[in-house]
Amino acid sequence: MLQISLWKRLLIILICLGALAFSMPNLFYDRVERHNDAVLLIDQGQDTPELRAERSLWPDWAPSYLVNLGLDLRGGAHLLAEVHVSDVYADRVDGLWPEVRDRLRDARAQVGNVRRLPSDDPAVLRVTVSNPEGMDHALSIVRELARPLQTLTGIGANDLEVRRDGDAIVVTLSEAERAATDDRTMRQSLEIIRRRVDEVGTREPTIMRQGTDRILIQVPGIGSAAELKALIGTTARLTFHPVVRQSSNPDEVPGPREVIYPSMDEPGIFYVLEQTPVVSGEQLVDAQPDFDQNGRPAVSFRFNPAGGRAFGIYTAENIGNPFAIVLDEEVISAPVIQSHIPGGSGIITGRFTVEESTQLAVLLRAGALPAEMTFLEERTIGPELGQDSIDAGSTAAIVAMAAVLIFMVLSYGFFGIIANIALLLNIAMIFALLSLIGATLTLPGIAGIVLTIGMAVDANVLVFERIREEMKTARGAARAIELGYEKALSAILDANITTFITAAILFALGSGPVRGFAVTLGLGIMTSVFTALFVTRLMVVFWFERRRPKTIQI
Amino acid sequence: MRLKLVPDETAINFLGSWRITFGISMVLVVLSIVAFFSMGLNFGIDFRGGTSIRTEATQPVDIGAYRAAIAPLAVGDVAISEVFDPTYGPDRNVALVRIQSQEGGESISPAMLAEVEQALRGHDPTLQFTSVESVGPKVSGELVQSAILAVVAALAAVLFYIWLRFEWQFAMGAVAAIVHDIVLTIGLFSVLQIRFDLAIIAALLTIVGYSLNDTVVVFDRMRENFIKYKKREIMDVMNLSLNETLSRTVMTSLTTLLALGSLFVLGGDVIRGFVFAMIWGVVVGTWSSVFVAAVVVKRLGVKRDWSKNDGDGSGTRGGTQFATND
Repeated sequence: MLQISLWKRLLIILICLGALAFSMPNLFYDRVERHNDAVLLIDQGQDTPELRAERSLWPDWAPSYLVNLGLDLRGGAHLLAEVHVSDVYADRVDGLWPEVRDRLRDARAQVGNVRRLPSDDPAVLRVTVSNPEGMDHALSIVRELARPLQTLTGIGANDLEVRRDGDAIVVTLSEAERAATDDRTMRQSLEIIRRRVDEVGTREPTIMRQGTDRILIQVPGIGSAAELKALIGTTARLTFHPVVRQSSNPDEVPGPREVIYPSMDEPGIFYVLEQTPVVSGEQLVDAQPDFDQNGRPAVSFRFNPAGGRAFGIYTAENIGNPFAIVLDEEVISAPVIQSHIPGGSGIITGRFTVEESTQLAVLLRAGALPAEMTFLEERTIGPELGQDSIDAGSTAAIVAMAAVLIFMVLSYGFFGIIANIALLLNIAMIFALLSLIGATLTLPGIAGIVLTIGMAVDANVLVFERIREEMKTARGAARAIELGYEKALSAILDANITTFITAAILFALGSGPVRGFAVTLGLGIMTSVFTALFVTRLMVVFWFERRRPKTIQI
Repeated sequence: MRLKLVPDETAINFLGSWRITFGISMVLVVLSIVAFFSMGLNFGIDFRGGTSIRTEATQPVDIGAYRAAIAPLAVGDVAISEVFDPTYGPDRNVALVRIQSQEGGESISPAMLAEVEQALRGHDPTLQFTSVESVGPKVSGELVQSAILAVVAALAAVLFYIWLRFEWQFAMGAVAAIVHDIVLTIGLFSVLQIRFDLAIIAALLTIVGYSLNDTVVVFDRMRENFIKYKKREIMDVMNLSLNETLSRTVMTSLTTLLALGSLFVLGGDVIRGFVFAMIWGVVVGTWSSVFVAAVVVKRLGVKRDWSKNDGDGSGTRGGTQFATND
């Protein structure tokens, strides 16, 4: 048992050296981080002497993986948002109406006049025809609008459900189509949130889908969750509408296909607008913060060719009439068209501050969210508190380590030193693994490491105690060491596997702090079993081969 | 020369007065359950919903004045507590302001938060808000569910593993010990009214892990000794196993407690509750391996012949499974 083959020895030594190399960058966290940032920017094509200086803070050939610091250590904002996925159904169904109307009109001879009925649920379209005999024909015409679904889960299903309810034709989205729409909405929301957060240029944001309709957003380094909420919570749907009239009565009932929106800056002023916009934000290709001719903050924008054409035609035909620029159902401004605007670009003025115009430009560039969101959970951790936690956590870890190291030497002498080397290697391995897999270290994670310091010696203690016992009966030191490892194995494995099971379950079912803890605990168990069974044994064998002691003090 | 906390040969009769030790455990379990139902837990915002604002000021914390500043805002229940830490100097005064969860599923409106912060700053302009956390009632309910689910799943998985590796009696013993530890921890938290949040659940599960680790080591030795000493009284073999592993139990508990102790004193107040739970867990976990797990196994009776499973027993085959009545 004391024989370990050469390739095994080399492999064990190699793993230990690797662990040391890959954990080392964390000791120089700030330097390596600045180096990594500089490398990233240089790769993106920026090249300045400052960046080169930053880059030279850490050699390029050295490993430069770092442990991610969690929000509780670095400071930042955390949000859990719920996307109102069902908002989108109403838009979809609304968009069907013109097509339904046109199709039925073509068949007017059989079905008579077509009328849209009011519906309690905005996701349900109700239509009636004046000729009851033509109802069946009308139904079949509307059914033709349904398309088979292309998704994997929806094979054989159509996107629409059309049924008759008394004298009404009821059109709704099918179950499968709703699921597909939800999925699309979520993906769009994720994408748009990502773009908006990226525009602000913070480091390593986490933007993750959770469950069917939730999005988790974690942005380190941002000042407050409120700031983040303002950035991603705004729908930012920009539309341009013809103005029907101005009003000061908020309860005024708009005519058919008209809407009434309040003014953003002037309280008590309302605008009645045509519901169908001339152009909308989807047709924007660019938006930039700017200043108008009076030097006030504004946002300039440019349309794509189709949007530019529509805008050009409309302005040419409506010189002298006001049109409204609407953002999320509020009128930013309603200027009078002075002249034909052919180029497809323009400028939005309002009572903005510079920050507001900058943010609006960001939102417009990133695009509108497909649906509204509510925030279920939000956390802000100030950077000072994070730094305090890092300081406190590392002081505690160093003191804990020193205490354990001294205690082990006092208890086991030379073998204690071996266990201590193994413990240090063990910590290096945890950090190397955390860095390599890009795991995030949180405060409970540090606690997990400290607990590992305590428990990592357990496997060694089991072996040493066993060797002590075997020394009483076994013939010779070699045999005692051999038996010690052999007999302690089942206890070490069983004890660590059960603990590992709990760590795995914590990881699978837990969230936030629980997960961070589970990661370090789980990794700690793996590395401590490895060090106890291979690393300390190798050290003991090296020592034994050199000294060949007849008896051992343990 | 060596520091030896446990002498080489011990012959402590651990299970001799099992009625008393097991009785103590049972009484504590009952008291914990009573405390839980009568006093309840001091749930943090993770489980109850609401907003928690951490303030830092150079002036001393005046809870009454804070309360008076927030009172006109009518935000509902407000709890304010000062946070103490040995590492804070005299010009570092930290407090936690907790506001009950508001109507609807949302966490907190920015307007309300701004109002509260402004009101507090009106009292003390040097106030810094180092962290603001807010959890809507919708999420907090789910967090409770998933936490309970995690604990139950961990128990089930462990039960299954031990049953696989040992015998069902051992699995029952291990689970009894774990349940004992969890109940006692929850009991202590409800008696001391320490804030119970998501991190405490992580601590609970670590206690499960630690206690199991300890229990399994003892069980492993029992299994070995049952094979070795087929003829000896079950009680003797168990006591022998406990004595043989005593040195290791003490060593491991001490190193873990050394690490946790330094984290408790120096690790900052944010994780103090979490570390406290673990320290308590190490103590009760060690106790329960001996005085709960072993006793349950003994009462349930145990298979004495392991040769079929392990193959390294050399004695007679034809297992006899017998229960002992004390």
